Amino acid sequence: MNSGSTYEVLRGLADSWGLAAMTVVFVVLCLWPFRPGARSEADKAANSIFEDDNDGA
Amino acid sequence: MELVVIRAGVWFAALVLALMACALSVDWGFAVHMVICALAAAIALIVTLRGKDVDAISRGILRSPDPGKYDDEVIRWAVIATVFWGMAGFMAGLYIALEMAFPALNFGIEYINFGRLRPLHTSAVIFAFGGNALIATSFYVVQRTCRARLAFPGLARFVFWGYQLFIVLAATGYLMGITQGKEYAEPEWYVDIWLTIVWVSYLAVFVFTILRRSEPHIYVANWFYLSFILTVAMLHLVNNAAIPVSWFGSRSISVAGGVQGALIEWWYGHNAVGFFLTAGFLGMMYYFVPKQANRPVYSYRLSIIHFWALIFLYIWAGPHHLHYTALPDWAQTLGMVFSIMLWMPSWGGMINGLMTLNGAWDKLRTDPILRLFVMSLAFYGMSTFEGPMMSIKSVNSLSHYTDWTIGHVHSGALGWNGMVTFGALYYLTPRLWNRTRMYSVRMINWHFWLATLGIVFYAASMWVAGLTEGLMWREYGPDGYLVNSFAETVAAVHPMYVLRCFGGLLYLSGASIMAWNITRTILGHAQRDEAPFGDITFDPARDVPLTPAPVQ
Repeated sequence: MNSGSTYEVLRGLADSWGLAAMTVVFVVLCLWPFRPGARSEADKAANSIFEDDNDGA
Repeated sequence: MELVVIRAGVWFAALVLALMACALSVDWGFAVHMVICALAAAIALIVTLRGKDVDAISRGILRSPDPGKYDDEVIRWAVIATVFWGMAGFMAGLYIALEMAFPALNFGIEYINFGRLRPLHTSAVIFAFGGNALIATSFYVVQRTCRARLAFPGLARFVFWGYQLFIVLAATGYLMGITQGKEYAEPEWYVDIWLTIVWVSYLAVFVFTILRRSEPHIYVANWFYLSFILTVAMLHLVNNAAIPVSWFGSRSISVAGGVQGALIEWWYGHNAVGFFLTAGFLGMMYYFVPKQANRPVYSYRLSIIHFWALIFLYIWAGPHHLHYTALPDWAQTLGMVFSIMLWMPSWGGMINGLMTLNGAWDKLRTDPILRLFVMSLAFYGMSTFEGPMMSIKSVNSLSHYTDWTIGHVHSGALGWNGMVTFGALYYLTPRLWNRTRMYSVRMINWHFWLATLGIVFYAASMWVAGLTEGLMWREYGPDGYLVNSFAETVAAVHPMYVLRCFGGLLYLSGASIMAWNITRTILGHAQRDEAPFGDITFDPARDVPLTPAPVQ
């Protein structure tokens, strides 16, 4: 495969299936914390840094 | 015992190899660097051979409290290194600003001319000051949030001292004129290889500490730190791919040339901003702002969206550094579009940080550390608004190559990175040295105001200078010729250059106060005798309703 066709293949992938796949992955990752029941997990994680009161020193 | 012999053997081999490379060197800069490497290897060899209680010696030097639940010794060193390199970097910055205003300060000496001191300044503040702050805070945060001690304590110490060697090699190299001419990636091939070894060790310590965690969830600050470490490794390897001219010389040829090389360089350069100066420092923000405010982050779920949006969008924004160049037009537009989309995660993150104080804004009256964090978030918001705006092609045609860019970078670097680092240092120092609080709280407030005023002088003068230059450069007369010569634009912005020096002086003064404050805290001096901060004494004579005045 010469370099010209490598470019064409990668370019074609980048603006079709590659783009679609990345968009889907991105949207799923962003929606993941909003799945049912995730609110309490998020609150727990946000408060987890306050569980040690002496900073371990 | 066997381990000591093996380690000593490795350092001895490194020492011999460095001396041999020095003897065979084809240029004197490389020879100097190999002497520095040999010295470092010799120190490591001595420490290894005599080093039954290196940590005890270290604790004696640093006046550390008794070892606690977590491994903090390397963090204490990194805090001190952050302050030290910060002062060096700010001083170098002030000096080159003075050189810009008064070129006589170059004194005709090649080692201190602007071209060599400028990368020294940028690397000192980004990689030495910022890098040590990231090492210190990432090791601190990952242990606290994972409730686990650092994995590989020896390797963690190697990361710190190896990184200092990288800084020394880079800085001395710039002064001797050793550079591969890539912005923010100036160190030559052998320093790049050394940094790769150090960085992979850093990644190993960080990842294995996370794997040892006793907390089921990985706190979001660690996501940002991990993305910073991983992405910087990738950027560093690709951008620095080069073939040395000689194995015993300090020159190399980049693998990618021309417009491809330029694109790779700015893919690296912009993501150095995106992942080193943004993702890493957001890791700090997501831990220290909630801790200092004593409130959980406003929305944990927003922080996760912030993370993924930053990761997915930032990596494409680099081409906006190459508007109106040989780069294909579609690539320029792509860079511009992704830069503009970055408005969303940046402002989402800023709002998330600021809203963490929702309902607790009164704390700003009594807590200057929180002031530093809030100001840093404000500058994060301002510079991440300004950046995408400047990436729009028509705006860029005015702003590019002018001092507006310099102003933009400094509002981000001094405002966002500097302020959040200062806040983190003030948070860490009393905790790491087991003091009740900093030596002086009022000095923190002085630092806050000096730094804020300094940035205002810096950014405002550079905006005016940049617009002046941009407008003067593009001014055509009726005959179709340019109206201004370049020298005329230089003369026009001279007052602005002087004002910038003043801003830099204020910022450096604030940092000097911090260095003094932190030194006194570490040395364990009694707290400064000062009025409590934010203490408003009650004056009953003034606490009376207004007497209504008769209508005239």
